[in-house]
Amino acid sequence: MPKVKVPRKSTSVDMTAMTDVAFLLLTFFMLATKFKPDEPVVVDTPSSISEIKLPESGIMQITIDKQGRVFFGITEQTTREAVLQRMAEKYNMKFSAEEIKEFSLQSTIGLPLSQLSSYLKLDAEARKATQTAGVPTDSLNNELGDWIWQARLANNDIRVAIKGDRDADMPTVKRVIAILQEKKVNRFNFITSMEKAGE
Amino acid sequence: MAEIEAGGGGGKHKGGKKRGKKMSTRVDFTPMVDLGFLLITFFMLTTSMNKPQTMEINMPVKDEVKDDDISKVKASQAVTVLLAKDDKVVYYFIDPVTGEPQTPQITNYGAGGIRATLLKENKQRNPRLDSIPIYKDMLNKGNIGEDQYKGYLSGIRGYKDALIVVIKASDKSRYNNLVDILDEMLICNIGRYAVVDITTPEVEMLKNVNLE
Repeated sequence: MPKVKVPRKSTSVDMTAMTDVAFLLLTFFMLATKFKPDEPVVVDTPSSISEIKLPESGIMQITIDKQGRVFFGITEQTTREAVLQRMAEKYNMKFSAEEIKEFSLQSTIGLPLSQLSSYLKLDAEARKATQTAGVPTDSLNNELGDWIWQARLANNDIRVAIKGDRDADMPTVKRVIAILQEKKVNRFNFITSMEKAGE
Repeated sequence: MAEIEAGGGGGKHKGGKKRGKKMSTRVDFTPMVDLGFLLITFFMLTTSMNKPQTMEINMPVKDEVKDDDISKVKASQAVTVLLAKDDKVVYYFIDPVTGEPQTPQITNYGAGGIRATLLKENKQRNPRLDSIPIYKDMLNKGNIGEDQYKGYLSGIRGYKDALIVVIKASDKSRYNNLVDILDEMLICNIGRYAVVDITTPEVEMLKNVNLE
């Protein structure tokens, strides 16, 4: 019996369509992307049902991490520069133009003002490796309060957002809120994430 | 590769005229697709599409308040919620007759815990809560606008006899608890609440139930 000959078909697939889709998506993501600012701490925010979105600009963000360290950040570069200059004036410190420039590129800082100068001299890698102490909040050396006050002077319309970790301890949170109230900030936002289903 | 040589080529023109081999003009796109998807993955992971959500909170002004400015609330209208350690909540009412705190109740943040109590108590005091679903329905049908709906909602939430919640966080609680309880205020349609410092008798109260 003769063998039935199955015609051999080419297995080559036309990749053009796939390329089209891939690049279409790529273009979309490239245009839609806004890079996450480099944050010195990872904070797992609590979830809430609130649907108010946080505006992207004009925000002063106070981050509280698990260990109770407090970080301070401002969204606008120009405000950052102005605030640092005001802080330097208040604490009688001098910052060089490069240091101010470098500071304006930092989204968040979390260390006492006295250590800021040496911190800014480090390169990005070394900065990541340094364990910073957080902005001092105690009543004797209330730098956070000064940061908040100077930021408000530099930008009158700035809004305050607190981004706390789920496990941040209450005394620290209360202390931050008390400082805000001292500085006449009685309206602020808690940054939360979307409520997960079934929670 | 996306292509597998089908074979069968070659060996046909043995001894024949030497001809220039016809080269296929097809280009293999596979590496390009690979690259495309690699970049997509990169952008997908680095992108932050959704803006973070926030919850607004207003704190009372810290200046001294004159005695006659303080609006007195009926003791029976308020409930004090203490945020204790281990994600537990303790709440108590003031007895309307004696003026003494009633026995504190221990519960949790789940739907059957503090939320059930707050919903029940608020419903008893605020008869207008029932109209929220009606307004919501009107909003969905497009009969009223978003702003109008919010106006009605805040009017209902701020009803004068509605439940007032005093939130006091103990030092052993965590930040998540505070956000959770503020979230419950939204869920239970409680318009009037305040975050206040915990007092010594209340710390004692928590100690008595072993939650401090």
